[in-house]
Amino acid sequence: MLIGRLTPWIAGAAALIALPHVFSSGFALTLMSQIGLLIVFALAYNMLLGQGGMLSFGHAVYFGLAGYFTVHYLNFIYEEQVPYIPVTLIPLFGGLVGLFFGILIGYVSTRRAGTTFAMISLGFGEMVTALTLVLVAIFNGEDGIQADRVLGEELFGITYGPNIEVYYLIAGWCLVCTLAMFLLTRTPFGRISNAVRDNPERVEFIGYSSQRIRWLAFSLSSFFAGIAGALHAVNIEHVGFEQVSVIQSGLVLFMVYIGGTATFVGPIIGATLLYFLQSTLTGVTEAWVLYLGVLFVGVIMFFPGGLAGLIAMHQPIWRVRARLLAPLLIPYSRFLAALIVCVLGCIGLIEMLYFRSSRLSTETELVIYGVESDPFSAGPWFIFVAAAAIGAFAVRKTYPSAVSAWNTAIADARARPPG
Amino acid sequence: MSGALTLAGLRKSFGAAEIIRGVDLEIEDGERHAIIGPNGAGKSTLYNLISGRFPPSAGRVHLYDTDITDKKAFDINRLGLTRSFQVTNIFARMSVLDNVRCGCLYALGHRYAWWKLVGRLQDVNEQTASILRDIGLWEKRELPAGLLSYADQRALELGIAIAGGANVILLDEPTAGMSHSEVEQAVSLIRRISEGKTLLIVEHDMGVVFDLADRISVLVYGEIIATGTPSEIRASAAVQEAYLGTGAS
Repeated sequence: MLIGRLTPWIAGAAALIALPHVFSSGFALTLMSQIGLLIVFALAYNMLLGQGGMLSFGHAVYFGLAGYFTVHYLNFIYEEQVPYIPVTLIPLFGGLVGLFFGILIGYVSTRRAGTTFAMISLGFGEMVTALTLVLVAIFNGEDGIQADRVLGEELFGITYGPNIEVYYLIAGWCLVCTLAMFLLTRTPFGRISNAVRDNPERVEFIGYSSQRIRWLAFSLSSFFAGIAGALHAVNIEHVGFEQVSVIQSGLVLFMVYIGGTATFVGPIIGATLLYFLQSTLTGVTEAWVLYLGVLFVGVIMFFPGGLAGLIAMHQPIWRVRARLLAPLLIPYSRFLAALIVCVLGCIGLIEMLYFRSSRLSTETELVIYGVESDPFSAGPWFIFVAAAAIGAFAVRKTYPSAVSAWNTAIADARARPPG
Repeated sequence: MSGALTLAGLRKSFGAAEIIRGVDLEIEDGERHAIIGPNGAGKSTLYNLISGRFPPSAGRVHLYDTDITDKKAFDINRLGLTRSFQVTNIFARMSVLDNVRCGCLYALGHRYAWWKLVGRLQDVNEQTASILRDIGLWEKRELPAGLLSYADQRALELGIAIAGGANVILLDEPTAGMSHSEVEQAVSLIRRISEGKTLLIVEHDMGVVFDLADRISVLVYGEIIATGTPSEIRASAAVQEAYLGTGAS
């Protein structure tokens, strides 16, 4: 039983150790490092949104401020003005910075839930961003602050010079933080936090102050956000106002929502997928932000449970018998094929529109899906409009059968005795 | 020794409307006391004043010897007073088991602990299991509470309220909307859980009231017009006129 519960963790640790041997390029290492720390940030954010029912538009404040403090501290260590902390443990310092500001700002912002909380978080987010730009002496304005993470040898001769050592630093902290946040959901605090999410008023009549719970959740979440921020500082060796900004706050919200707020793994999926898409697509297309927006709206409208929610929908089926999933295969792949055709058509149209409207473009020809497409001739427009229209039509046609296949499968699963 | 719950000159106004107009009532330790009255008499408001949902405009509330008038709801609960709600008020996305478990946590001293795992809290899990069996929801403990049937949600509402083992229990129409057989089960459940405790119950079903209560108070337009044993209330001319009417069951 214990082994069964430990399996995902051991598998996760093994994957983290093995990944850099599979993807060993510099780009892949930085990408995976960044994903690792964003997973910590996204999970911390979901302690608020998914576990505690608090929608924050300013959680990057704790991520970014911890980052700023960390680069400063690294620089101070370099100048021998502060006690030495090994870089291995510097994320803990970032966490304490996050915790400090979480306790401070949380005291004010968690007095109310719902819309008021969301608005206050937005206000603090804007305020801190403005401060980082105004207080040049501390935050160095738009340039941000550089740091050098290589401060000498630590245990086993680690210097954090090579990226691979930073990757393992982040992977280690990611695993520890994930485990800690998972265990937190199973404590009295975690359960009452869920209760406050579901029904803050009722909580008051079973002995709890919902305000106190929100404050505690907010502070602990800020602690983990701070760890992520410090890891960011170590990984990139630079922190700027972007890291505290509302854009960063929005990005973590997108990650968590697209991944799914209702399950623990949702934010992990969301952070991985979104950052992967972001870092690979920004080089390919100018319209990346638009695609992100469409993806976000699409998930909210059609799959409010997020990607993890989609997976969780099928859990009762494979729990009974994995074979029951087989009848889903054909209707699902039909729907998916239709969706892909539709999406590819739309992307083609958007890319051509972007190309025609952007005057700054220095490129003279547009290549879509490896084919040169001339946005000033009718041919490509016709093909992409047709693909989008046919795809959309097919999506509408195939969706009901996918849904009914799921309904049948789940009814089948329920009808059978478990085991 | 004063009673378990003492209301003295309690008043509550919302704007110009005075809903509770000077209620004096003493609930004795260990009694089952019912409050009846027509719709809009102020029964739920009275509960809200006692349990700290909102403060009274005037008057005092004592729980045993403690003045709880100005205390917050969670402080009052910690002193050993619990209540249920007329409109089901549960944690819809959590499992039935977690709903009841949350009701136990504070009372058993685990408070805001973030360093203990709920799965390992023997006292909590034993108490939760015994309450789930009591309210007949043990088999459904893994279901999200929001998916329960209406009657089951009413039972869960009761389960959350009593989970902490409070000494003074306020129930607000616990059998509202139940079928006849469900009402019978609910009454025997309420009788069992209030054994050795003080119970205050608001109820419309006169069968339940006369079956369960040691004493009854009649609340009409924010005032208590009579308090007495069931037979006294039945015989009271004032009550007959003001509330029960001539064709009372």
